[in-house]
Amino acid sequence: MNEQIQEVLALTNRWVKRLSREKFSMLFTLIQPMLFWLIFFGNLFQRAADIQVVQAPNYMSFLAAGVVVMTVLNNGLAGGVDLLFDKENGFLERLMATPIRRSSVILSRFLFVMAITAMQILVILGVAFLFGVSAETGILGIALILVIGMLFGVGLTAISMAMAFSVKSHGDFFSVLGFLSLPMIFLSSALVPLAAMPGWMKTLAFFNPMTWVIDAIRPLILTGWSEAIPQVAIALGVLAVFDALCLYGGARAFRRSVG
Amino acid sequence: MSDAVAIEVKGLGKTYDTVTAVKNLSLSVVRGEIFGLLGPNGAGKSTTLRILITTLSPTSGTATIFGHDVAKEADTIRRMIGYVPQERAIDRFLTGREHLLLLADLYHLPKNEALTRIASLLKLVDLEEHADRVAKGYSGGMKRKLDIACGLLPNPKVLFLDEPTLGLDVQSRLNIWQYLRQLREQGMTIVMTTNYLDEADQLCDRIAIIDRGEIRAIGSPKDLKASLGGDGVWLTLGDPQPQVLETLSTALKALPFVRAIRPTLQGLDIRVDAPEKALPAILETTNQVGCRLDGIEYHRPRLDDVFVAHTGRSLKDLPPEPTT
Repeated sequence: MNEQIQEVLALTNRWVKRLSREKFSMLFTLIQPMLFWLIFFGNLFQRAADIQVVQAPNYMSFLAAGVVVMTVLNNGLAGGVDLLFDKENGFLERLMATPIRRSSVILSRFLFVMAITAMQILVILGVAFLFGVSAETGILGIALILVIGMLFGVGLTAISMAMAFSVKSHGDFFSVLGFLSLPMIFLSSALVPLAAMPGWMKTLAFFNPMTWVIDAIRPLILTGWSEAIPQVAIALGVLAVFDALCLYGGARAFRRSVG
Repeated sequence: MSDAVAIEVKGLGKTYDTVTAVKNLSLSVVRGEIFGLLGPNGAGKSTTLRILITTLSPTSGTATIFGHDVAKEADTIRRMIGYVPQERAIDRFLTGREHLLLLADLYHLPKNEALTRIASLLKLVDLEEHADRVAKGYSGGMKRKLDIACGLLPNPKVLFLDEPTLGLDVQSRLNIWQYLRQLREQGMTIVMTTNYLDEADQLCDRIAIIDRGEIRAIGSPKDLKASLGGDGVWLTLGDPQPQVLETLSTALKALPFVRAIRPTLQGLDIRVDAPEKALPAILETTNQVGCRLDGIEYHRPRLDDVFVAHTGRSLKDLPPEPTT
């Protein structure tokens, strides 16, 4: 047990070092989602969005939950990229030839992606606050937002790692990634509530787990506990199923790849 | 099994879907020797190595390292071995020292021991000056030195190296050879793959020639060369038609110093006993038969000849290393 902690910490430390040495990458990782989506999109659609439709005091307060979950989505889906490069350049094999528990590599990646995502969520909520959006449910609500975000992120990171271990080349990986991420966003309640969508999109968005995650986080920011609690309960149920499926698939792909 | 045996491989096979990478491979490595797996790209050397370092499981046969089965006792094996992967497996964002510190944790070394060992390894491979620079700026030779330090960090009983000098300049190459010889002096068993003939010849105590997943010959470079019998004379003919080769072969076989003749792509490979007498006689016979001679080459047996004799082709004729 002590040995595994030593392994996971050392491997996580490596991810942190890598990120800290890629200053630009770090800056954009942290700033891009809030700059692009929250500030630009939020302000741009302020007048175009109908307050009646989004059921929020302004569009940015409606959008904040969506941007939080989009960040989780992007980080999660990209979570396997570094392992993909490790696999391709042989670093993974170097690690696998050492007497570590096979799971340590995976665990370190989860730990790292979750930590970065949590920080980004806090930054996004902080920026939203500067634009006058504050969470109705306070500190406890923010903590719950982090928990829900992490639970969604775990499943997404598992998908990403499963893909990293299964694809033949990184070209394939990035095509699938590009193909997945925007539809996931548009076919969810991130930008527009389900009620305002055309029927067929509404149907698709209904089956997108991201919708349920956003619909749980949104009342935590916008309205308060009484409306949030049932939504959060549903989201936790959806996430339990989603994570179970993703982790199962991820574990299979990992075992097939490294034994 | 004798104490002197470090690695015992029996009937090892590895098949991917439809491709057979390694077929019924058996060999043993003696404790304290440098053992080379020599062969062209895709011959099955790396697959064999990966099975031995436990990152790939065999589809048939067994392999043991100091009596431990690589498939069943992977964790025990991993604690006994060091691995130096083929180029590129360096994290360019980490410094040399950070690579070693990371591995020290993965081998569960106590902090103090890790620090002393890392210091002495950096000194051994002469990387002390660059230890705290990120590896992005390292030269090929420096990366390779770091690789070797990483492989040595667990203080392994057996060190595995995959193409340790691939793409290196001459000086770096000689340095690496020097380290490996030093390690052998200290009693370490070393197994390496290579597709360089001179490396196999000068560095390895024994080699296994592998081609298309099978072992073609095993022995010391000296014995393998001696087993060819005699010095080699290569004739390159202007018009290597089968019947011309046939006539010439028959005529040459009659000569007293000629021991064996084998057709090659451009002419004949002749083994002779006394080159000073054989050479003029061969030239004369070729003239008599009326063959146009484009070239004649004489040499003492080389490892390449061994390779040609066992695989039917020259390692030098194979397409160069892909750069991807």
